[in-house]
Amino acid sequence: MAKQELAVPSTQTRAEITEPKRPIQWGVVGRYIALVVVVFIALAPFYWTAITSIKVDSEINASPPTLFPQSFTTQNYTQAFLSVQPAFAKDLLNSTIVAISTTILALIFGSICAYAIARTKFRGKGGVLAIILSVQMFPLIALVGPLFVFFTNTINVYNTYVALIIPYLVISLPITVYFLTSFFRELPPDLEEAARIDGCSRLGTLWRVILPLAAPGVFTTAILSFINVWNDFLFGLTMTSDSNAQTVTVAIPLFNGEHLIAFGEVSAAAIIVTVPLVIMVLFLQRRIVSGLTAGAVKG
Amino acid sequence: MSTTVQAEALPTRKITLRERLDMGNGVFPYFLVAPTIIIIALVAVYPIIDSVRLSFLNNPLIPSGSTFVGLRNYIQVIGDPAFRSSIWVTVIFSVTSVALETIIGFAVALLMNKTFPGRGLVRTAILIPFAFPTIVSGMIWTLMLNAQNGVLTYLMQSVHILAPGDSLLRTTTGVVIAAVIIDVWKTTPFMALLILAGLQVIPNELYEAASVDGSNKWQQFWTITLPMLRSALLIALLFRLLDALRAFDLFYVLTGGGREIQTVALYSYANMFVSTTFDFSPGVAAAVMLFIFCAIVAIIMVTLSRISQD
Repeated sequence: MAKQELAVPSTQTRAEITEPKRPIQWGVVGRYIALVVVVFIALAPFYWTAITSIKVDSEINASPPTLFPQSFTTQNYTQAFLSVQPAFAKDLLNSTIVAISTTILALIFGSICAYAIARTKFRGKGGVLAIILSVQMFPLIALVGPLFVFFTNTINVYNTYVALIIPYLVISLPITVYFLTSFFRELPPDLEEAARIDGCSRLGTLWRVILPLAAPGVFTTAILSFINVWNDFLFGLTMTSDSNAQTVTVAIPLFNGEHLIAFGEVSAAAIIVTVPLVIMVLFLQRRIVSGLTAGAVKG
Repeated sequence: MSTTVQAEALPTRKITLRERLDMGNGVFPYFLVAPTIIIIALVAVYPIIDSVRLSFLNNPLIPSGSTFVGLRNYIQVIGDPAFRSSIWVTVIFSVTSVALETIIGFAVALLMNKTFPGRGLVRTAILIPFAFPTIVSGMIWTLMLNAQNGVLTYLMQSVHILAPGDSLLRTTTGVVIAAVIIDVWKTTPFMALLILAGLQVIPNELYEAASVDGSNKWQQFWTITLPMLRSALLIALLFRLLDALRAFDLFYVLTGGGREIQTVALYSYANMFVSTTFDFSPGVAAAVMLFIFCAIVAIIMVTLSRISQD
């Protein structure tokens, strides 16, 4: 009989020899369960709103509420779009126009400011940064009073796009400058040097070298600015009075009457307003998180 | 002949402003920064100052009829029980929701700190509440908490947290609880991801070395994790606290226009726009007081973070 001196006996696999049998790792299981609960809580309201928006009214009012929709209708969506009080479709347009205009303006002014902060030396840089940062901390309600008086008494732009774009720049400029500065800082300076040596002016390097390179960062910043302007409610509520310039966020609570809550329409409106934002956030989530955390973590 | 040349002191000429400003890039940077600063000065700084001016007036919406009344608006506001209860609502809401967001956010960040399959999906999923405009998330939850048809009300009635026919939104306490839940739902993902990013910067060797030295997980948390997260946490806390103090959208939609249960911002708004023109400047006064309070909070937190960095 040949002595079996093999390191790996033939009746068991190597893995089973070298690793002892593992008991169920309750830590891992617990972690997964906790994560499932977290994800469920995060997504459940979204799911609920989505199914409410496609249920017929009778099912919405049914008790007990149904977890899976028994009916299907697009009525809520059409009613939302055709709604006159509030003029939801017009308000959507208003929001879009105002958000895009504000973002473009903020990008123009903010990008040159960010370039100066990231790439040049000048006195008072700390002061500039402090002002921009502290404006983000203002309670906007403190701005509403004078702006309202100004837009009604001094220059008559109340209830127009101008009355929204101007305060929205307060929201949008700090974000734009903050994010673009960090993106510009990450760009390698050698390319700029090369362009300068080739005779490009400072502004020329900005437009022709840096902006194309920073395009993803510029795009992300634009989206973030767009989202923040889109989400505003206070200025939309106070600077407008009807669908001439009213924003879509103001429209949502207006679907409800004094005693009648329009479940279906509001849910449909909520989905319409939110789905583009969700798509944008999903698209950019990595960049958003790294952008938001970069400043904080580096301290 | 020896010629001694006396070095004459060069006549000193004044340094021009241009030279004082030039740090290597000429005066060009100032032109780049100027538009932004001018816009912010006009649209943010000037209105704050003007708010103070308006708060000292009586009936500023009718310029010909407005008079200077000093601190009368402030006294009127402070004496208003609605204002005092709005302070109460705002502070309780802010402290509770920020505390919960931080604790739960920490827990979620610790959960997500190990790589596991599906981690990217989890991170994406929990970021979704953040994409909702506050007014929309407030509206969604208000529908779920509705007395007649809300699914959450139904569930709470089934387990007898609520009496049949009752809803969470009937009392001030209930509304604050609902607002805290919604705010925590919406913002915990942000805190979690922020803390997660901070956690991932901490090198593992620190924990290993501490384990070798015999400290347990709990001690390691206090002596390694928290100090290294301090600066990021303080900044996040500051912004979240200021956000909560100026809460407006959430309470507006939970109370259907904010007539009874208000935060300070909502009180200010109601006085400015939902009341008589005589209430406009008291509303502005309330807003100024909120601004001052937020400024104090910001200064305290910044000072705290500076101290902790030593």
